[in-house]
Amino acid sequence: MENKINFTIDGNPIQANEGDNLVTVAKENGIFIPSLCYFEHIQPPLGTCRVCTCKINGKYQPACTERVSEGLVVEANTDELKDLRRALVEMMFAEGNHICPACEKSGNCDLQHMGYELGIASVRFPHLFKDRIIDYKPSRMVLEHNRCIKCLRCVVDVKTKEGKKVFTYQDRGNKTYVGIDYEQEATLTEDEAMRAMNLCPTGAIIVRGKNLSMPFGQRKYDENSVQKNFNEKKRKPKTSLNMEKKIVATCSLAGCFGCHMSMLDIDTDLLDIIELISFDKSPITDIKKFSHRCHIGIVEGGCCNDENVETLRAFRENCDILVALGECAIWGGVPSMRNSIPLGECLEEAYLNSTTNEPGSTIIPYHEDLPKILNRIYACNEIVKIDYFIPGCPPDGNHIWKAIKNLLWNEEYNILYSEFKYD
Amino acid sequence: MSGILSPSLPSDLSQTQMLNNLWELQIRNNFISDNDIDELSQRYQISKVEVEGVVSFYHFFHRKPTGKFTIYLNNSIVSEMKGFQRVKEAFERETKTSFGSVDRSGNFGLFLTPCIGLSDQEPAALINFYPFTNLNSIKVKEIIHALLKGSEPAQLCDSPFSNIYTPADNKTVFFKEFPEGKALKNAETLGQSGVIDCLKKSELTGRGGANFPTHIKWNLAKSQKATPKYVICNADEGEPGTFKDRVLISSNSKALIEGMLICGYTIGATKGIIYLRGEYRWLEPKLNEAIDDFRRNCLLGKDCGNISGFDFDISIQIGAGSYVCGEETALLESLEGKRGEPRTKWFFPVERGFMQHPTVINNVETFCAVAHIIEMGAEEYCKLGIPGSPGTKLISVSGDCKLPGIYEIEWGMTVAELLELCEAQDPFYIQISGPSGECISMKEKFRRISMLDLLGNKDIRCGGSFMIFNSQRDLGKVLLNFSTFFKNESCGICTPCRAGNFIIQRKLEKLINGLANKNDLDELKNWGTIIKKSSRCGLGKTATNSLIFAMDKFRDYFNNKLDKDFNGLNFKFDMEAALEDYEKFNAP
Repeated sequence: MENKINFTIDGNPIQANEGDNLVTVAKENGIFIPSLCYFEHIQPPLGTCRVCTCKINGKYQPACTERVSEGLVVEANTDELKDLRRALVEMMFAEGNHICPACEKSGNCDLQHMGYELGIASVRFPHLFKDRIIDYKPSRMVLEHNRCIKCLRCVVDVKTKEGKKVFTYQDRGNKTYVGIDYEQEATLTEDEAMRAMNLCPTGAIIVRGKNLSMPFGQRKYDENSVQKNFNEKKRKPKTSLNMEKKIVATCSLAGCFGCHMSMLDIDTDLLDIIELISFDKSPITDIKKFSHRCHIGIVEGGCCNDENVETLRAFRENCDILVALGECAIWGGVPSMRNSIPLGECLEEAYLNSTTNEPGSTIIPYHEDLPKILNRIYACNEIVKIDYFIPGCPPDGNHIWKAIKNLLWNEEYNILYSEFKYD
Repeated sequence: MSGILSPSLPSDLSQTQMLNNLWELQIRNNFISDNDIDELSQRYQISKVEVEGVVSFYHFFHRKPTGKFTIYLNNSIVSEMKGFQRVKEAFERETKTSFGSVDRSGNFGLFLTPCIGLSDQEPAALINFYPFTNLNSIKVKEIIHALLKGSEPAQLCDSPFSNIYTPADNKTVFFKEFPEGKALKNAETLGQSGVIDCLKKSELTGRGGANFPTHIKWNLAKSQKATPKYVICNADEGEPGTFKDRVLISSNSKALIEGMLICGYTIGATKGIIYLRGEYRWLEPKLNEAIDDFRRNCLLGKDCGNISGFDFDISIQIGAGSYVCGEETALLESLEGKRGEPRTKWFFPVERGFMQHPTVINNVETFCAVAHIIEMGAEEYCKLGIPGSPGTKLISVSGDCKLPGIYEIEWGMTVAELLELCEAQDPFYIQISGPSGECISMKEKFRRISMLDLLGNKDIRCGGSFMIFNSQRDLGKVLLNFSTFFKNESCGICTPCRAGNFIIQRKLEKLINGLANKNDLDELKNWGTIIKKSSRCGLGKTATNSLIFAMDKFRDYFNNKLDKDFNGLNFKFDMEAALEDYEKFNAP
């Protein structure tokens, strides 16, 4: 019989077996301490992602490497710690090249899930856009280094029958990556390879020919939030509704117009809009130039050419509040997949070498009337000051409408977990 | 096995010899080939990628040839101040190659490296791991010509000499005559508990920078039942601006060895290992000589110092270029022949250290201090310094001063007094304990250097590095140098340190280029604090220290750097630069 001990998490008294892992104990008691690298059967715990950092007896320590003991005082969910965790997960998004719409693991991905759970709307850090490779050499797997968060799980846990490691860290510092041993990888059985894929918290390890896609509703993270109180968060206190008519402008820069389409998804609320809003410069009205100063400007897409930059500046100058709508506007999104590839190669691939082109019959367009293409995609807030971010690819229609109503009339809003999830 | 490596015992499958094997190959062939990787993976029964992981972690190991003469030029901040750029250009001109590559003939390979422990003699470089100090264009030219004519680096190299300043009235602890064996005799008289009491009385704390009380560490190790136990000397002083351990090893190696012996005697260990940083390879023969000397005098080996049943021997392990290996658990990993990634605090080294056995790890200066304290007695030692912080401390002084060198000071000396002693020139910004330490302005020059009152900000601790910058130095460039250093030296295992230091570095560049606004300053500070709170080991926890301190203490500098016209439109966005690729590509 193990020793029972008493300690507290955020002031709540908790009883547990001495020496049990703090992350597990918290979970059993319904207290949410997020973690990414922690995997129950890997001992000792890895302590690499640091997302479970708590204040333990006054010191910042990860919960996953803490064994509970009598009298321990744990602070797990203070505002400061929540912000710190968000920052760490944001760092992972900024460091890698995570394009969720193009990822097989979307919906089954621990990192994506953690983003939702922590309510990450935008990443505070500039994306680093490091050129990383996709390794197709292994016989059974594909290693997508863009998505790796270096949690160490595969390094420690995936071994051959002889006990040899298949994965190991290579290099160091910000160049660190997970290397794979092609010989050892080839000796893994199908089940072992599948296990490696499932062990990976992101989509960095993909087994060839194996389908990860599952119907919506059956994926790992299609359920509701693991936090019971996720939907209870109130963003702003209710104030008197003074629904005076407001002027709104919208535009789509380097985006796909998907966010604009999503704006139309609010069904019957569309009828209210005519009463509440008049559109100035916008593709919806086809007004090309600003005719009034606007209360709010909604920008979809990042900047890929000089004309985008000019448009964005015009929006900043003519709008009181500027909102970046969707991932492309927030950090570059899908178009930023070209950011680690030289511009020349991109142009050649698109206009000259594409399989549908007849050799010699196409040119790369270049004319003084055409916008000039920038060396990479720039996020809107790299060019001008952005006041608010509405995340999603595309954002949910209701989410957009609630957020805009809140900004324009201070209306209370309550985003449901299902509206905050976009995949 | 083809046997290209020196033989090791077939039963020895633990990886501890890995670093030695790799060194042997690197020195002999100037690189580590695919065949070598293959052979090592078979020898240790591990996968090839694991061997490659070790090789790629240490920056003195290369997978491509590094030239007959491998030149590592130091790019630390002090070197930068003393003419790094001109020396770098001279090397490139004379060898006709650029840094990061090898010339066509395969003679010269040029590489940059962080601080090599010669800050009082910068710019300095290592050529085939022999030291060359006080470099300038003419000296570089002569060296390269001599090498081309067939001279060996071993003949040409300098023998670095540091000025040593000791307290007046012969109060020196570290640099007085040290009779071999006397301290061990005293230890025997005191008995194991007596030694620990003596250290307790002398209030000795770890001199590597963490200041953990030595007597507590030793007592914990002594009480461990598991055997064997290990005594490890951390001679991986990588903190830029520190060179006290180098001086101690060259001039005081007897005390170091005897300090380790006393530790072995006290905790009941049989084996000592000195982890000597790769940059100090050239000190290995000297250290070996001293160890042999001890063996000859029956102070090492069986029944050391005629204490029956006390068997103890010391070996040397050479590191291979990694700052983080100065962190004690990373050092243990490195000793075990693995990547030097710090462990989690699941076990402390005194419980499970080297090869999972109880281990004491102390810094060079700590072991030397132990030997001297036991030799002179705690009472005598406590007469020095100030109450609560007795004794003396070695400080490596470098930067803008007339007399750089090693200063043995009594604890309690003020910063101002030390500045006067070393004849500092127009001091403006002082970096104490290296980039991971604290920076201070002249307003604080009356703070005492001691182990006391850290929270009250009255006194200041010093791990050993003391770098002086005058008012003409660009603070931003200093901080950027530090930030780049941490970015490169992070082991990469935890998110905040790996990604965070990179992000901080980019933000600092933005600031220095005048593109930052007030908001960026707040972010820089917040982000720095997040990295501090969440990192896995001391490297990440201290990497943004100087930056955060500097932002408070030198507010004017930062405010002057801001883009004051920022109006949300960011007209400083460089459209021309962003369009350069496009215009170039479409140019006729």
